[in-house]
Amino acid sequence: MDHNHKNGTVTRKINKTIIYIVCIFLAVLSILPFWIMFVNATRSTAEIQSGLSLLPSTHMMSNLRVLLDKSFDPIQGFLNSFIISSSATILTVYFSSLAAYGLVTYDWKLRKPFFTFILCVMMIPSQASAIGFYQFMYKIHWTNSFLPLILPAIAAPAVVFFMRQYLLATLSIEIVEAARVDGSGEFKTFNRIILPLMMPAVATQAIFAFVANWNNLFMPLILLTQKEKYTMPVMVSLLRGDIYKTEFGSIYMGLALTALPLFVVYFLLSRYIIAGVALGGVKE
Amino acid sequence: MRRKGVNYSKFGYIFTFPFVLAFLIFSLYPILYTAVIGFTDMQGLIPKPIHIMDNPFQNFKDLLFDNVSFRKSLINTGLLWIVNFIPQIVLALLLTAWFTNKRLNIKGQGAFKVLLYMPNIITAGTIAVLFSTLFAYPMGPINSIFEMLGWSDAPIFFLQDKTTARGIVAFIQFWMWYGNTMIILVAGVMGINPALFESAAIDGANGFQTFFRITLPSLRTILLFTLITSMIGGLTMFDIPQLFLAGGPDDSTLTTSMFIYGQAFKGSYMYNRAAAASMIMFVIAAILSGLVFYLMRDRDAGRMKKAEKNYKKSAKAAAVREV
Repeated sequence: MDHNHKNGTVTRKINKTIIYIVCIFLAVLSILPFWIMFVNATRSTAEIQSGLSLLPSTHMMSNLRVLLDKSFDPIQGFLNSFIISSSATILTVYFSSLAAYGLVTYDWKLRKPFFTFILCVMMIPSQASAIGFYQFMYKIHWTNSFLPLILPAIAAPAVVFFMRQYLLATLSIEIVEAARVDGSGEFKTFNRIILPLMMPAVATQAIFAFVANWNNLFMPLILLTQKEKYTMPVMVSLLRGDIYKTEFGSIYMGLALTALPLFVVYFLLSRYIIAGVALGGVKE
Repeated sequence: MRRKGVNYSKFGYIFTFPFVLAFLIFSLYPILYTAVIGFTDMQGLIPKPIHIMDNPFQNFKDLLFDNVSFRKSLINTGLLWIVNFIPQIVLALLLTAWFTNKRLNIKGQGAFKVLLYMPNIITAGTIAVLFSTLFAYPMGPINSIFEMLGWSDAPIFFLQDKTTARGIVAFIQFWMWYGNTMIILVAGVMGINPALFESAAIDGANGFQTFFRITLPSLRTILLFTLITSMIGGLTMFDIPQLFLAGGPDDSTLTTSMFIYGQAFKGSYMYNRAAAASMIMFVIAAILSGLVFYLMRDRDAGRMKKAEKNYKKSAKAAAVREV
């Protein structure tokens, strides 16, 4: 018995070592490409061509100069992406919370059909309607405008679904009734009492909506043709063009600049992001 | 108690109205419009009045039966998805089994989760261009690593070979998503009733038995959900193959989304063909979402209905007995 026990402990120790090695390998695999990207952003093209190095060099500024000389404007791209993503995020979380609250609190005839409808449209990919969307925007002269990238965010079925689940679990109808007795209007109740109560869910969904909008490539690529309107992901596509063909240093610099804001956000909010991913998966 | 008479139900309509309006304008109308364009001969830069073709299904017929490029794009999309999804779900399940095994008690899980999830948050376009630069020929970081480790005598032109190009696209997709899947699965395991694991332990089940007999069956819904969302994501795969090699070499990484984009927005202005391709994609996505819908339908409501029925039945039975 004692022998068996010892044996088990030894195999468990070996297993654990293997598991740690695999996990550390995977972690390195996650970091390494980005590490090479940031390091190579500081190396000259000649240095990059001569071989791999994990230590930064001194050519950051010259890479940046080459990059900016070729009409790559990361600050403009950052601003454009920021305007679109933050406006879209605000619209998504506010109107989704509102719709979810309407679904949970009030007893209206179309409540169930509406929920069914949300489930039905949750998975429609934006590519499926892209041609009609583009033609529609072309007709009303909204191409090269940010509006078609922002306004559709009002209807975010998956976020409504998530908010509804959250409200079902947390909202007690007594709060709403108490507010009514105090003479609060329905909109005021929502804005002043319910929305603050929903903050944890709103924050989680806001992070994901912001990142999703920031990373969106397909729609901006179709709609924006003027260079000064480009968002960050569309600017990335410039780096693949002929103008940077041999300028590896500045390509890495451009990539590093587009990734940097996301790394900052991720390391500030990683705890909430991981928790949010976990929550989003538990849909039961 | 005059308040009792107030009818609040209209607020249900008012509060959901912005959602419905935005959906009608920015989703439903464009989808219907796309469908209509699919039946027309709309081509060229200058918009023409809508003209339905004599044989309305001509575009669909051309795409499905005569267009080699479109068929290739469908096959590529499926292939790239399968090659990324199978290793992704296997690795995610393995990590889940390790991380949730209390006897193993793996330390540093929080840090591992943060690092393994990290690629998912970075712009896919950036990652695609980064990888195409890492695999550069003749001198790129990956070729340097291969040379250092003695794996290759001469530099390899990864991006010109169909198999390696496809393999790299599938790998990027796998690398970006396995962390996400793993976190979802770990959360799913946390949600399983601990009493199940306790009784398994009392019954003397080992790690394998517990995982295959208790963990996996309890995760069924979450696994199906992951499968279907991943399928729809894979169906619309665009950013990575587009910015990695723009479909090359020889259309081996051309996906359906890229085909649609290429037909309409890269100089040929074949809006009708692109629209028909979108509709085919929409139908596939609709079938997949139908599955999700079936999976996620309001279970509580279903359960309540069942309970109600049972109650009525027993009430009836009781009434009969009383007679």
